[in-house]
Amino acid sequence: MQAISNRSKIVSNKKMSFWEKIYLPAVLNGMRITFSHFFTKKATIRYPEKKREFSEIYRGLHVLKRDEEGRERCTACGLCAVACPAEAITMVADERKPGEEDLYREEKYASLYEINMLRCIFCGLCEEACPKEAIFLTKRIVPSDYEREGFIFGKEKLLEPIDPDKRIDVSKRETKAVLEFKKDKTKKHNL
Amino acid sequence: MGNFVIYKTVLASCILILSLLVAMYSTLIERKVAGFLQDRLGPDRAGPWGLFQPLADGIKLFFKEEFMPNTADKFLYILGPSLTMLIALLTSAAIPWGSDLVINGKSYPLQVADINIGILYIFAIVSIGVYGIMIGGWASNNKYALLGAIRASSQMISYELAMSLSIISVVMMTGSLSLKDIVEQQHGLNWNIWYQPFAFLIFLVCAFAECNRSPFDLPECETELVGGYHTEYSSMKLGFYLFAEYINMFISAAVMATLFFGGYNFPFMDKLVVSPNIMALIGFLVLFGKITFLGFVFMWVRWTLPRFRYDQLMRLGWKSLIPLAILNVVITGIVILIK
Repeated sequence: MQAISNRSKIVSNKKMSFWEKIYLPAVLNGMRITFSHFFTKKATIRYPEKKREFSEIYRGLHVLKRDEEGRERCTACGLCAVACPAEAITMVADERKPGEEDLYREEKYASLYEINMLRCIFCGLCEEACPKEAIFLTKRIVPSDYEREGFIFGKEKLLEPIDPDKRIDVSKRETKAVLEFKKDKTKKHNL
Repeated sequence: MGNFVIYKTVLASCILILSLLVAMYSTLIERKVAGFLQDRLGPDRAGPWGLFQPLADGIKLFFKEEFMPNTADKFLYILGPSLTMLIALLTSAAIPWGSDLVINGKSYPLQVADINIGILYIFAIVSIGVYGIMIGGWASNNKYALLGAIRASSQMISYELAMSLSIISVVMMTGSLSLKDIVEQQHGLNWNIWYQPFAFLIFLVCAFAECNRSPFDLPECETELVGGYHTEYSSMKLGFYLFAEYINMFISAAVMATLFFGGYNFPFMDKLVVSPNIMALIGFLVLFGKITFLGFVFMWVRWTLPRFRYDQLMRLGWKSLIPLAILNVVITGIVILIK
C-alpha cells in the first residue's frame, strides 16, 4: 500500500531481547527523562499575580469609543452587525432629540448596543467594518461569569468613560493601513 | 518503671504525630512533584507555596457528605478504613529512629519496641493490612470495589512472598531479625545496599506493590474500576484510606532506609565528637533525609511509569521476583559459607 504521510511505522512482533525483558534500562531512562523535566521552565504561571505579556494589538474585549468632546461615535449603521461572522452584535437605532447634541455625535445613535461575548470570536471584523471608528478591540480580557446572561455586554459595559484621563487607548490598533483604507471614499461604507 | 512508661508513651505519641504530619505533607509534596515533573507548578493557592493545601484538603474531607450505600454491611464498612489506618500506624513501632538518648545518666533507645523479631513483626502487620482493603471492598457491596479488593489482596499476597525472601539474605548477613541489630551492623558507610543491591531492588519493587503505588496501583485503577476498593467511600472514611496509603509509603521508606541504607548511620560518624543526645538528633535527621529521598523515589516512579496489566503484574511477581529472590538467598548463603 502506498504510504500517505511517510510517518507510519512497520509493526513487528519480534521477541524482546534480554535487556528489554528486564525493563530496568527502559525504566531508568524514563526516570531520567522525567527528572530532567523537574528543572525545565514551567509552562504554567501563577496567574493572578503574574500575567502573560499581551501583544499590543491583542484582540480582546471591545470598546465603544467617544470622540474628543465625549460624544458617542456610533451612529447605529449596523455595519458591524452585518460584518460579524458569529452574529454576536445586535443594536437598536434611535433618533437624537434636541438637547442631546453633547451626548451623540450624529443625528442617529444606538439606544441599545449588545455584544454576546459567548458568540464573539474576536476576529476584529466589526472594527474593520466600522466607518465611524466607533468600535475597537482592546487588550482587556472578557471577565468570567457564572451566568450566561452576564456575557451579554450592553452599552454600560462597552462604552469608554467620558473622563479624558480614563479613555481607553486604541492607537496601537489604528494601523496606518486601516486609516488609509477608511479614507478611501470609493468604498461605499466610507462615504 | 514509671519513667519508662512515660518515656515510651511520649515517644509513641511523637512518632504517631510525625507519621500523620509526614503523611499530610506527602500529599502536597506528591502533587508538587507531579506538577514539576509535568512542567507545571503544582498547587500553590493555599498559603505560600501551597503550604496549607493539606489542611484545606483535610477540612474538605471532613465536611463532605458521609455517604453509606444502603446495601452495605454497616459494621464491616466502618471497620475497613479503621483497620487500614490502624495497621498503617502500627508498623512504625519497631523502627529505630536514632541512637540512644541519654537523660540523667540513663540511656533511652529511640525505638518504641526493640522486638528481637522486628522484621517479622513488620511483615506480619503489613500482611494484616490487606484485610482493611478486602473488608472495605467486600462491605461496599459494589462490583468495582470488590474487583479492586480482590486485585489488592492477590497482589499483596503475591508480592509479600518476594519481599520476605529478599529480606532473608539481609537477615542471613546480619544473623539477627532485630531491626536495631541490623542498623548497628551498618555502622558508618557499611550499608547493606553495597552487599545486597539485588535484594534492595526486589524489595523496592515489592514495596511499590505492597503500598498499591504506581506502577502497581491496580487496586484503585481509576480507568477501569472507578476507584477500586474505595469507590463507595466518602468523607473521612475515604480520607483514612488515602491517608493510610501515604503513611504506608512513609513507613516502607523508613524500613528500606533501615534495612539497606544504614538507618541513622552516616559516613564518618566516629569522627564527630558530640554528646549522645546531639548524636541521636543528627542520626534522626539523617534517617529522615534518607526517608525523604526514598519517598521522592516513590513519587518519581509513580509519575514516570504507566500501570501494569494484571497478568503482567502476576507474571512479574511469581515468575521473576520470587525465583530471583530465592537465587539471591542461595548465592548469599554460598558466599557466607565460603567466607
